[in-house]
Amino acid sequence: MSGEQQVLSGAEILLKALSDQGVDMIFGYPGGAVLPIYDAIFQQNRIRHILVRHEQAAVHMAEGYARSTGRVGVVLVTSGPGATNAVTGLTDALMDSVPVVCLTGQVPTHLIGNDAFQEADTVGITRPCTKHNYLVRRIEDLARVTHEAFYIARSGRPGPVVIDLPKDVLMAKHVYANGAGIQHRSYRPRTKADTAEIARIVEMLAAAKRPVFYAGGGVINSGPKASRALTELVHLTGAPITLTLMGLGAYPASDKQFVGMLGMHGTYEANLAMAKSDLIVSVGARFDDRVTGRIDAFARGARKIHIDIDPSSINKNVAVDLGVVGDIAEVLGDVLAEWRRRRPAIDEKALAAWWKQIEDWRAVDCLKYVQDPNGPIKPQYAIDRLYHFTRGRETFITTEVGQHQMWAAQRFKFEQPNRWMTSGGLGTMGYGFPAALGVQLAHPEATVIDIAGEASILMNIQELGTAAQYRLPVKLFILNNQYMGMVRQWQELLHGGRYSESYSDALPDFVKLAESFHAVGLRCERPGDVDACIREMLAVDKPVVVDMRVDPKENCFPMIPSGAAHYDMLLGPNQKAAISDHGLTMV
Amino acid sequence: MTEETIETHILAVLVDNEAGVLARVVGLFSGRGYNIDSLTVAEVDSTAHRSRITIVTSGTPMVIEQIKAQLGRLVPVHKVSDLTVEGPHLERELALVKVAGTGEKRVESLRIADIFRARAVDSTAGSFVFEISGSSDKLTAFVDLMRGLGLVEVSRTGIVAMSRGAKPF
Ligand SMILES: Cc1cc2nc3c(=O)[nH]c(=O)nc-3n(C[C@H](O)[C@H](O)[C@H](O)COP(=O)(O)OP(=O)(O)OC[C@H]3O[C@@H](n4cnc5c(N)ncnc54)[C@H](O)[C@@H]3O)c2cc1C
Ligand SMILES: Cc1ncc(C[n+]2csc(CCOP(=O)(O)OP(=O)(O)O)c2C)c(N)n1
Ligand SMILES: [Mg+2]
Repeated sequence: MSGEQQVLSGAEILLKALSDQGVDMIFGYPGGAVLPIYDAIFQQNRIRHILVRHEQAAVHMAEGYARSTGRVGVVLVTSGPGATNAVTGLTDALMDSVPVVCLTGQVPTHLIGNDAFQEADTVGITRPCTKHNYLVRRIEDLARVTHEAFYIARSGRPGPVVIDLPKDVLMAKHVYANGAGIQHRSYRPRTKADTAEIARIVEMLAAAKRPVFYAGGGVINSGPKASRALTELVHLTGAPITLTLMGLGAYPASDKQFVGMLGMHGTYEANLAMAKSDLIVSVGARFDDRVTGRIDAFARGARKIHIDIDPSSINKNVAVDLGVVGDIAEVLGDVLAEWRRRRPAIDEKALAAWWKQIEDWRAVDCLKYVQDPNGPIKPQYAIDRLYHFTRGRETFITTEVGQHQMWAAQRFKFEQPNRWMTSGGLGTMGYGFPAALGVQLAHPEATVIDIAGEASILMNIQELGTAAQYRLPVKLFILNNQYMGMVRQWQELLHGGRYSESYSDALPDFVKLAESFHAVGLRCERPGDVDACIREMLAVDKPVVVDMRVDPKENCFPMIPSGAAHYDMLLGPNQKAAISDHGLTMV
Repeated sequence: MTEETIETHILAVLVDNEAGVLARVVGLFSGRGYNIDSLTVAEVDSTAHRSRITIVTSGTPMVIEQIKAQLGRLVPVHKVSDLTVEGPHLERELALVKVAGTGEKRVESLRIADIFRARAVDSTAGSFVFEISGSSDKLTAFVDLMRGLGLVEVSRTGIVAMSRGAKPF
């Protein structure tokens, strides 16, 4: 059939275009407006459809699929409620720069605007929560728009793209010609920096006495090549490196130049290295408020370089001395070449003194905790043991949102990119479980674990049905502290210990819940049983729900209280926070 | 912290003339809390389907830079140019001004219109509609003078602008 043009229905054109884009899987939920697509799906076998239990979960699955593979995740939902249910997922993907294409059904074109059954202004609703969106009014545009959507979703700073598809367009007929190579008329993100900028980066790095690399999700977005280049450059310069929550895995965590995550719940050494450095090199990280703390106190003595593919990320929160627009892999590749060409002399004495200082901060051992063998299970201990037993395996970790997420980020060591999926920008409870299912579908042999909280997990628990249907042996590792722990921690610190509505009352019996969904349920209540529980969880080739009963009172430290400077960290429960009125207004 | 100065800038934005493009631009301003002092839009190239949007906005220098970068991120945006910083430029606005009156006031309004080079584009026994173009200040001055002479209504286009010299957009 090569090159030959066939007359196809809109739905068939859509599926053709998807497979020409290399799509092997879509996450979806049917309804009236998308029945033609479901009919076309039924009649082909190139694209696998995964039936979810809620459209929000479909988007998170696509995110998990995308972030663990570097490919575009694809979602299919019906009009009206299908589309509105997807909105949280789309916003999540926008905030965390995840490439997703979401196909939404729409009422036929002649009914648009008439408040027809299950009509919603999907392009209107999703305009602010997508990178771009389309309403396809003519079948002639369908193939082009679909290919363009994939190009936009994955290029530059990746993000979600919605294609709204009226039912009459799906049923109309037209010829299809492959346009998988299609770009957009005008959208061409800049990926290469110019030579003067590269030279400047090398000069500033070579001249620094207390440099620190601050790398983020942009390195993951840029691909494994970017991680390799970053690792090489950090080794060449001998500088310390810290990673954001979104960047974990971009640099091997066991490497001695890695000083841990920075930010609100980052390590003491990472935040102080930032605060006291004379040069910060931001590599695909966006100076988020969780990282900077009080902005006027942020790294005042440091010159700043910011490498980012999105010009709007540069000078948004923090004014920098050198902003470089480009793709991390390309820019760092050029920086490495220039560094090797010049072989600049670095001030070894200054660097040694800098490391001596960092080692002193490290010696504070800010992540320490005590597990009393007869006391309640410490959440940190549970995660340490989980890490211990999964080290040798190909492991992917997702999380929900809360204290458990932060403990996971602090304690789990990621040696490679694309192994850690978490909702950072939007902080969406309910993200982790569906994301884990998407990861598992993309990596059937891997061990995929959602480190969860008992409150978050209930937000998309219905996906146990999806796990059962597709026999996805995802592990839900619930750190059950019987509280919305992160909320309780803030109430303890900022609101006089008035725990308003943050107790997880009337929880289900997670073991029975698992069983009713054809999964395995395990409960663990004593420190001495943690190892056996984790071993059993890993041994079962089925979805497993672990109800790990942990200390309800444990708080997550270190912590930069809201509104405080990034060097004013609370290291433990005995330190009292002085929080300003301004701090109280921050989230 | 030192108070940063608020500057007013005129931005010219070339966009694909497609459904929803204005909503994207306006939504960006409202969603991110930027100011729009005025906004004009019309197609300028009917073959390539390009529209030109002129936006007058104000903010600190850092916010103005953000606005330009955010506009540049919108997929249908081809080009953003900050006329305020990119050299000498022209600004023009057009207004229609309706004035009703008889006798001495009617004569006076015509006389002032003449001084301002405003044209009467509609006249009845008891009214005029003047068309006036020029700088926004000139239009404001004209409208202010008409207030005492039976001003009924004003419709202004907002500013359109262009760089001086041969250089294209
Ligand atoms: C409860 C909670 C607590 C949190 N605490 C912390 C904390 O302590 N520390 C912390 O770091 N975060 C924390 N976060 C996450 C935080 O909110 C932000 O999501 C995170 O800091 C942003 O990470 P990032 O800077 O790496 O940017 P991302 O959101 O990953 O953005 C990536 C950046 O890279 C750019 N980029 C993308 N692709 C490329 C490319 N190919 N080439 C070049 N550049 C590219 C993008 O334009 C963007 O600027 C927390 C979140 C929650 C929910
Ligand atoms: C959808 C959504 N609603 C509300 C919040 C605010 N929030 C952040 S953390 C948290 C508590 C999470 O509790 P749990 O899942 O038990 O995790 P823990 O902090 O106890 O580890 C809440 C309510 C959120 N992030 N997402
Ligand atoms: Mg909890």
